[in-house]
Amino acid sequence: MLSNIAIVLFDGFAFGMLLFVLSVGLSVTLGLMNFINLAHGAFGMLGGYVTVLAMRQFGLPFLLALPAAFLAAALVSILVERTLFRRLYNAGELNQVLFTIGMVFVAAAAATWFFGTVQQPIVLPRWLRGSVEVFGLRLGVYRIFIIAMALAITAVLVFGLERTRLGAQIRAAVDNQRVARGLGLDVEKIFGITFALGSGLAGLGGALAIEIVGLDPSFGFHYLVYVLIVVSVGGLGSITGSFVGAALLGIGDVAGKYFVPEIGSFLIYLILVAILLVRPLGLFGRR
Amino acid sequence: MAATDAAKTIDPHAWLAARSRWSVFEIAFWLATLLPFFLFPTYLTLASQVAIAALFALSVDLILGYAGIVTLGHAMFFGIGAYTAGILSARFGWNDPVSGLLIAGAFAGAIGFIASYLIVRVQHLALIMVTLGLGFLTYELANAMGWLTGGADGLRGVRTGEIFGFFRFDLWGYVGYSYALTVLFLAFLFSRRLVNSSFGLALRGVRENVRRMPAIGSEYRWHLRVIYTISAAMAGLAGAVLTQTTNTVGLNTLSFERSADVVVMLILGGTGRLYGAIVGAIIFMVARDQLAGINPQYWYFWIGLLLMVVVLFMPNGILGFLTRLAGRRD
Repeated sequence: MLSNIAIVLFDGFAFGMLLFVLSVGLSVTLGLMNFINLAHGAFGMLGGYVTVLAMRQFGLPFLLALPAAFLAAALVSILVERTLFRRLYNAGELNQVLFTIGMVFVAAAAATWFFGTVQQPIVLPRWLRGSVEVFGLRLGVYRIFIIAMALAITAVLVFGLERTRLGAQIRAAVDNQRVARGLGLDVEKIFGITFALGSGLAGLGGALAIEIVGLDPSFGFHYLVYVLIVVSVGGLGSITGSFVGAALLGIGDVAGKYFVPEIGSFLIYLILVAILLVRPLGLFGRR
Repeated sequence: MAATDAAKTIDPHAWLAARSRWSVFEIAFWLATLLPFFLFPTYLTLASQVAIAALFALSVDLILGYAGIVTLGHAMFFGIGAYTAGILSARFGWNDPVSGLLIAGAFAGAIGFIASYLIVRVQHLALIMVTLGLGFLTYELANAMGWLTGGADGLRGVRTGEIFGFFRFDLWGYVGYSYALTVLFLAFLFSRRLVNSSFGLALRGVRENVRRMPAIGSEYRWHLRVIYTISAAMAGLAGAVLTQTTNTVGLNTLSFERSADVVVMLILGGTGRLYGAIVGAIIFMVARDQLAGINPQYWYFWIGLLLMVVVLFMPNGILGFLTRLAGRRD
C-alpha cells in the first residue's frame, strides 16, 4: 500500500511537471498583458506535431527534436502575436476568449487535415525507456527525465527572472505596466519576447507530453482545461504559483483516478471551484 | 454638453417605453418564424432544434450580453433542465409535457440561484474558471450518478404525452416545432420586458462599471443573482424542450462543447440585443446542418474562422454589423 502511494505520488508529480512546462508561459503572459490566450494549448500541440515530423521525416534524434519543437512554437507565436493578438489587447476578455478559442478550432481542424485523427506515437531512444529501481520502487525512466527537465527549466526561469536584466524588466512590467513604461521600458517588446518564450515552452511541453498522454488533434482543447486550472489556481504571473499549482493538479489527478476512479475528475473540479472562491486570484496571486 | 442636456429633459420612463415599442421588423421577424411550416415542412425537426438553441442562447444573452457575466459553463443548466424532464418521465412516469417543462425550469432556476452566490463573488479569469469548473462538475456528477441519469449510455424510456392532453407529438415535427417556438416566443416576450425595465438598465450599469453601481446606491450583487437565476431557469426550459421533443437525454446536454457553442452563436449574432441570440442560433444551426453534411470533420474549422473574423471585424456581431451598414446608408 505504501509503495502504491509512493508510485502514485511519483507519477502524479511527473504529470504535474509536464503541466508546469505546458502552462508556465501562459501564467507569465497573462500576468503581463492580461491577455487571455486560450490558444496556448494549441502551441503545445504544434510542438508535438513538429516533434513527430522531425523524428519521422527527418530522422532527428529525440533530444534534437525537443529544441526544434521549442523553436517552431516560439516562431509561430511571434508571427501570430505581431499580426493578430496585438489588435486584441484592449478588446475585453470575452473577445480574447472567443478569438483564441476560434484559433484552437482552426488549429485542431488543420491538424486533422494534415495528420488525421489518429494518435501519433513516437519511438523514444533506448536509454529513456523502461524503468529503474530506487529504494525498492520501480520508477519510469522517462518520468524521471521529465521531472529533471522541468526542474532544470524552473531553475533557469527563476534565475532568469531574478538575476538578469530582461527578468528585471519583465518583473517591473508585471508589477506595474504604466510605471514601467514611464521609466522608458519597451513593454511591447518585453511582452513579445516573453510571449515567444512562453509559447516555446508550451511547444516543448507538447513534445514531452506525447509519450505520456498521446497526441491527437484534440490536444489543444483537452489540455487547455488543465493549463487554465494550473494558471488560475497558481495565480497569474507567478512561477512558484504555477509550479505548486501544476504539482497539486498532477498529483491530485493521478491519485484521484487511481484511488477513486468514479469520482476522480469530479474532485478535481470541486477543489478548483473551492480554491477560486476562497482565493479568486489563485494561491500565489497578488493582484 | 447638448447630449447631457437632452438626456436630462427625457423622462426615463418615456425612454423605456419608447424602447419597448414593437417595430415592423420585429413583427415581420416573428411572422417569418412560421415559414418553416409552409416552405420547409421536411426540415421541421431542424427548425425545432434551432428554436431550442435560440432559447438557450437567449438565456446566455441575458447574463452575458446584459449583465456582463462571461460564462463557459451554462450547459450545466441546459443539462439539468433536460435531465429533470427526462427523469420525471423515465423514472416517475410523469409524462405531461407542460408541467414537466415548468418543473424542469424551476429546478434549473433553483440550482442557478444557489450557484449565483458563487458567481457574484468572482470576476475576470476567476469567473470564467468558476463557470467552467461548475460546468465540468455537473458533467462528472451526471456521469457518476449512472443509476439516475443512465450515465454514458443516456437515459432510456423517456416518453412525452400530449400537450394539454390534446396535441400529440408527431413524427414530422409539426407539434414539436410549434411547442418549441411557443416556449421561445414566451421566453422572448419575458426577456424583452425584462431588459426594457429599470431592472434591465441596472444590469447594463453593472456591465459597464461594477464599481460605480454601489456608489449610486444600486444593490448590484442582488441584481446579478436575480438575472443569473432567471437565465438558469430559461436554459433549463430549453433543455427540457429538447428532451421532450426528442425523447432522449444524453451527457452531451451537459458538455463543454454545448457551453462553447452557445456563446459562439451569441457572438455571431451579437450580444446584448436579444435578436442576436436568435439570429446567431439560426446561422449556427443551419450552417452546421449543411456543412456537417458535406464534411463533418472540418465543421469546426469554419466556425473557428468565422469567430476570428467576427471578433476582429464585427465586434457587435452580425446584427450589429448590419445595423451599422444600414445606419451608414441613411
